[in-house]
Amino acid sequence: MDIHEYQAKELLSGFGVSVPPGGVAYSPEQAVYVATELGGWHWAIKAQIHAGGRGKAGGVRLCRTYQEVATAAKSLLGATLVTSQTGPAGKVVHRLYVEKAEPFVRQLYLGLVLDRKIERIRVIASPEGGMEIEEIAQSKPESLRQEQVDPAVGLQAFQARELAFGLGLNIKQVSQAVTAIMGCYRAFRDLDATMVEINPLVVTKDDRVLALDAKMSFDDNAMFRRPKVTEMRDAAEEDSREARASEFGLNYVGLTGNIGCIINGAGLAMATMDMIKHAGGEPANFLDVGGGASPERVAAAFNLVLSDQNVQAILVNIFAGINRCDWVAQGVVQAAKDLRVPLVVRLAGTNVEEGRRIIRDCGLPIIPADSLAEAAQTVVAAARHGARQ
Amino acid sequence: MSILIDATTPVIVQGFTGDKATFHARQMIDYGTKVVGGVTPGKGGQSHLGRPVFNTVKDAVKATAAQASIAFVPPPYAADALMEAADAGLRLVCIITDGIPAQDMMRVKRYLRRYPKERRTTVVGPNCAGIISADKAMLGIMPSNIYIRGNVGVVSRSGTLGYEAGAQMKALGIGITTSVGIGGDPINGSSFLDHLMLFEEDPETKAVIIIGEIGGPQESEAAKWVKENMTKPVVGYVAGLTAPKGRRMGHAGAIISAEGDSAAEKSEIMRSYGLLVVPSAAEIGATVAQALGRAG
Repeated sequence: MDIHEYQAKELLSGFGVSVPPGGVAYSPEQAVYVATELGGWHWAIKAQIHAGGRGKAGGVRLCRTYQEVATAAKSLLGATLVTSQTGPAGKVVHRLYVEKAEPFVRQLYLGLVLDRKIERIRVIASPEGGMEIEEIAQSKPESLRQEQVDPAVGLQAFQARELAFGLGLNIKQVSQAVTAIMGCYRAFRDLDATMVEINPLVVTKDDRVLALDAKMSFDDNAMFRRPKVTEMRDAAEEDSREARASEFGLNYVGLTGNIGCIINGAGLAMATMDMIKHAGGEPANFLDVGGGASPERVAAAFNLVLSDQNVQAILVNIFAGINRCDWVAQGVVQAAKDLRVPLVVRLAGTNVEEGRRIIRDCGLPIIPADSLAEAAQTVVAAARHGARQ
Repeated sequence: MSILIDATTPVIVQGFTGDKATFHARQMIDYGTKVVGGVTPGKGGQSHLGRPVFNTVKDAVKATAAQASIAFVPPPYAADALMEAADAGLRLVCIITDGIPAQDMMRVKRYLRRYPKERRTTVVGPNCAGIISADKAMLGIMPSNIYIRGNVGVVSRSGTLGYEAGAQMKALGIGITTSVGIGGDPINGSSFLDHLMLFEEDPETKAVIIIGEIGGPQESEAAKWVKENMTKPVVGYVAGLTAPKGRRMGHAGAIISAEGDSAAEKSEIMRSYGLLVVPSAAEIGATVAQALGRAG
């Protein structure tokens, strides 16, 4: 789960990380009001979307007057921002963050990730802030400084100090940077984050170290114990079909092909999609119906898949373990009553004979398949046939 | 032979009296697994499925000499259950639970290292289908009838894709020694590599198949080890050629977030280290047959 910049800053400042003063705005009037409340002469108006690369895409405007604030807010709110991370469709801006602009003398990079390879939290810092981390790793790999955190004792102050001195900071700045690094680590640990990125972490003329931008991602599996973070979820940033899927305990990812997929198990789902591609077709979605594929879940899966207008054929592939094929088959038959596209069903595993019998005898034009290969070839042919009609 | 478990391994069930655990424990017993008891805090002294229930894993180990456990414990309590099992001296814990926080698993992995290597617990899972040694014992939730006894070792991240592999092999008359599901989470108790090492040592295993998916460095690490250390032929398959970058495909661990994470890259790395790469998911069985031919 991702959150907005202003939310990340709110959380991080609770852990002692210094951030410039700012406030959120949903309208140009609010933006101006926030600016007057903040005081000062310069404000950054920042589009709040769940994607990086906003600056280059024109999503961050520096304003010198309230009039400029109003104009910038008007042009950003409701606009679609296409950045290097949003994909070609871009993201619509619904919220702005109005921040007091802080002049700075240096830009640093600070990132924390849960590193799967070492199975620990890794802290990464670089004096080359402002650039994307991938870019720094490419062009200035020698500038990267890293520390691994032993989960038994957590990040130690000396590790933060080594990073801070490694960035070439003076002693006054080092102690501020250590506070920022330790604060980010504690937030990471205590809020079950998977990523915290401060880019840039800036040094001001008067030796303050501030998080000018902040990004946080969280572990979905841990959100049951982080209600404060869960409240920050912004439904407008999420794909509506994926959100609907999760209500039914389904895992759905929309793709661009025309063959709808309903499969149990993430690995088998990916393998089946690969088979469809191998047979010359394109999957329209990833959909894992999970363990207990009850008739309600199967029905919800069909509804989801069919809400994609590109779908010209559907493949159901269930390898039943805990599920029984006969039970799954009954759900499929119920859901398939008024289907507008061809349906191929492959069942395997527990009670497969009974499941196949139900499919065969239901009187609906369901195309049965015995093997994975047959299922993929059949559904690709059916989609082509459907497309021609 | 087989790896990890056989018909003589005394097994306890953590979270024994829950519905799911009860259902699967019954299946495991029917398959021939030596289930000697179980643990549910607060229900110690009771009897369940004709076996004693204990309050703590230590009590269970003391009374039954259990060596392995299978854990059906909800995500908030799973890490605690794993550490309890490790501290009680169990050699093996298989954790089926899906949805354990990644930082909990990080701490569990660190905790396991408190013990010297020869006494260290092997954790299989989480978010996995478990372990089956054909015709001997089952420590998992898989449909046991899709496996026949034979000479192939199977290690799979995905449960149902592991079933698919077992079924394709059975259709060709190919059986398994042991099939291990290591699970779909970003941090696993044990990796492809851990089990490849065991299969290399197992005299009955003639060939091994590893079934991976997008995300993480595990498949590549294992492939490198195969090239350097393995004498038996290894087949590799990686699901997710059609998966887009940055999108989580069901499993928490199945996400392309770094270089070398994609199915195409991993397949290429496997090939470069001499693994026999399965050309499509429908040819898992056929490729294993080819590998067995090589094993002679």
